[in-house]
Amino acid sequence: MAVTTMIGARVQRREDPKLITGHGHYIDDVTLVNMAHMSVVRSPHPHARIKSIDTAAALASKGVVAVLTYKDFKPVILGPIPVTNSFVPDKKQVPEQFPIAADEAVYAGEPVAVIIANDRYLADDAAQLVAVDYEPLPAVMDLEKAMAEGSPLVKSDRPDNIGWDASFPSGDIDAAFAEAEVTVKERIGQQRLFPTAMETRGCVADWVPFDNRVTLWTSTQVPHFIRLFVGGALGVPESQFRVISHDVGGGFGAKLRPYPEEYLATAASKICRRPVKWIEDRTESLQATTHGRGQVFDLEVAAKRDGTLLGLRFTQLLDIGAYHGVFSAFQVVACLLGGGCYDWKAINARSIGVFTNRMSTDPYRGAGRPEATHLVERAVDLVAREIGMDPAEIRRKNFVKTFPHTNNFGLVYDSGDYEKSLDRALENIGYPALRKRQEELRAQGRYMGIGFSTWVEICGLGPSSATAPAAGIALVESSMVRVHPTGSVTVSVGTHSHGQSHETTFAQIVADQLGVPMESVEIRHGDTGDTPFGYGTYGSRSLAVGGMAIVASCHKVVEKARKLAAHAFEASEDDIVVDQGRYFVRGNPAEAKVLAELAFASYGAGLPEGMEQGLEAVSYFDPPNFVWPFGCHICAVEVDPETGAVTIDRYVAVDDCGNVINPMVVDGQLHGGIAQGISQALFEEVQYDDETGQMLTGTLLDYLVPTMAEMPDFELDRTVTPSPTNELGVKGIGEAGTIASSAAVINAITDALAPFGIKHVEMPARPDRLWSMIKEARA
Amino acid sequence: MTQPVALTINGRQREDRVEPRLLLVHYLREVAGLTGTHIACDTSQCGACTVMIDGEAVKSCSVFAVQADGRSVTTIEGLADGGTLHPVQQAFWDEHGLQCGFCTPGFIMAAAYLLQQNPTPTDDEIERGLEGNLCRCTGYTNIKKAVRSASRAMNGGAADIAGHAATAVASSVEG
Repeated sequence: MAVTTMIGARVQRREDPKLITGHGHYIDDVTLVNMAHMSVVRSPHPHARIKSIDTAAALASKGVVAVLTYKDFKPVILGPIPVTNSFVPDKKQVPEQFPIAADEAVYAGEPVAVIIANDRYLADDAAQLVAVDYEPLPAVMDLEKAMAEGSPLVKSDRPDNIGWDASFPSGDIDAAFAEAEVTVKERIGQQRLFPTAMETRGCVADWVPFDNRVTLWTSTQVPHFIRLFVGGALGVPESQFRVISHDVGGGFGAKLRPYPEEYLATAASKICRRPVKWIEDRTESLQATTHGRGQVFDLEVAAKRDGTLLGLRFTQLLDIGAYHGVFSAFQVVACLLGGGCYDWKAINARSIGVFTNRMSTDPYRGAGRPEATHLVERAVDLVAREIGMDPAEIRRKNFVKTFPHTNNFGLVYDSGDYEKSLDRALENIGYPALRKRQEELRAQGRYMGIGFSTWVEICGLGPSSATAPAAGIALVESSMVRVHPTGSVTVSVGTHSHGQSHETTFAQIVADQLGVPMESVEIRHGDTGDTPFGYGTYGSRSLAVGGMAIVASCHKVVEKARKLAAHAFEASEDDIVVDQGRYFVRGNPAEAKVLAELAFASYGAGLPEGMEQGLEAVSYFDPPNFVWPFGCHICAVEVDPETGAVTIDRYVAVDDCGNVINPMVVDGQLHGGIAQGISQALFEEVQYDDETGQMLTGTLLDYLVPTMAEMPDFELDRTVTPSPTNELGVKGIGEAGTIASSAAVINAITDALAPFGIKHVEMPARPDRLWSMIKEARA
Repeated sequence: MTQPVALTINGRQREDRVEPRLLLVHYLREVAGLTGTHIACDTSQCGACTVMIDGEAVKSCSVFAVQADGRSVTTIEGLADGGTLHPVQQAFWDEHGLQCGFCTPGFIMAAAYLLQQNPTPTDDEIERGLEGNLCRCTGYTNIKKAVRSASRAMNGGAADIAGHAATAVASSVEG
């Protein structure tokens, strides 16, 4: 039996040497001979009719190869951008989105023309010369007004502005409210966010004339999706379409769909018979890369005076933007997880997706689970405040305690121990002393608050039995493990790593599974030319699904190696012992063969009867269930009542993602995730002018991406409750920090401001908002 | 209409003719072929393009190539001494100070400059010294740790790296 040596070790990342010395290979580093550059002319209006486009001056500009509009692309791009039916199979409307506007632009930033020129400066010069005659139309910006009868339409060919209206009833909600001794109500927002990967999007398309083979380099989390959809729309079979996504400078959910520019650059390469490069600048990125969240929840909670939670009723209004994001409806999963880690008699949820004249929303780190966690964690605190119960105790009282647990909507939580992480976090922060300190500070006129977020999430998407009906696709994952003749190992995977450290952590798994040195294992991803079809990386799925696909291939390799060893030793297979990559006959470990020897033999002559040469395997893993990480975050803040400024004094997190492959990587994922949730709670918000539809936060500083000075130190700890659904016992951790942290911060702020009678604070809790609330409360 | 520019990049002399409007960052990436310096905003807010000009950290998106005429530029590719990583590079590796790696060259250049100016910065000085650089992956925790660790290493103390698997520490820079 193999003994684990690499799994669980703090192994330094093998990705880093090239990245810290400037030798990464990101999208803008791709250069081809005779490459032209694309600049995109975008609608400055949120909604306008395009009366005419005069391209003559642009075409005459220096270095311009072509100026292309809808009519040029229509014959080349044969299909629309896809939309999955994720969680809302019965969408009311799925308007088709063509990658470039025809005669009506419906969001500011929508492509209306492209320039192809000899360099990017010349392309940008010419873009200024395209004369588009727009007739501005009314912009639909407000969700409730958009739903009203007689509202202006987001696009003139639609019947109304509703994308979906889906109800999720579970249990007798009226009985739960009839039984209630206390009810609370609140409206809780989830502001629009920029995912803000530091590398903007970009692509290089090379359609080779006459050969008709296409290579598309692109900054994406999902190279196989891009090949499937972009290739499909352009009529190129997968065998002739190769998508390469080398180093990617962050994704956070905003790089998991095919985008208009990928279709346009590829089509332009075909039309112009040259490789075409497009690199998004930051201003474009903020307008034209998908946004996250953009929701508002109306919530009602029923409970008893002793703190027993009974029923939850809520409506999610979701700002779709002008077109469905490819996975925008995934965020409806917030309805199914609105109960969090608590027992409820009944939950009744409804989700309405509303079109507006804004950029599409699509998943952003957590996608639906941060919203659910923020909702339920605020709900529990509102009840606790109403009945005067300690927020830790109301949580403890209502925790789900036995596993597997089937929630109100039939989802099965695989394993957990919510009290354990709560208790550990209480201990780590020194809860009783902190509460005492709070009293002392209040007596001095200082406003300190303590906020909890006991979170649980669904990840590891996902079992095909669940994802195929819900999302229309079976989210399985793939691997190919090939042992070369002298024993080094190439592992190709369908997932994609863009900061998640898979090149390190997957190699740790393979080293253990095959009993070979980690240095001999090479992980390949991000190139459809040499990886099996995979669904890519998002939803904290790469380890629990992709990692298990690797384990499955390793098992097949070990089984074949065992046969080879039995043949070499002229022994029965049952008598072969496999110990850390050494194969020997039971009782005779001195005469062992290592995997490299068996690999060499596998490519030679004299194999067992009927065995083919080679030592490799391909596997697709379809998990039996989702995985359910959980934990407890406690945040302590102080609010300055004179300025409204929030200082985070402590941030304690105890998280549980099952077994850990590399603790350094897990901590790093948590740091970044928590930072993004804190930043949603305190700083970030995409703002548009409600009248003109113009974006007001068009730079990183206006948007308020936090710097080092705004982030606290994180005090991390963990418990380990392995998942019973996979052999590695792993869950996911990529999104956990973001899912947990906004609620902990906002609960801390509302706790700090309790003396003012403030029960709820919307995000972002910027100083001006808090200052105004305090001023009003004092008046 | 081009103009001559002569400068030293990472110790090597170079002469080119460039358009006066060409940004230094585009010159470095597209003319000199040094793609380690990255671009992540249009507004000189993110610091990804930080290089050193005559030893001073500068955002190369806010300088024209012709303004670097006669100057000496160090980019991320020129920071390591042959095969030996600069202590700041080593510390970013040791402390997991990067994830996607896109902001990293700018951070390393800015941190190297900070430590050159102030070999033993306090946490507050690290925060102020690096406030012109944005990272979206790390929450900054491990970047701050890396700068502290590099400071110790550069001042004669060993960087405190504990518990690494032996195999990983042995990995070479070329790896």
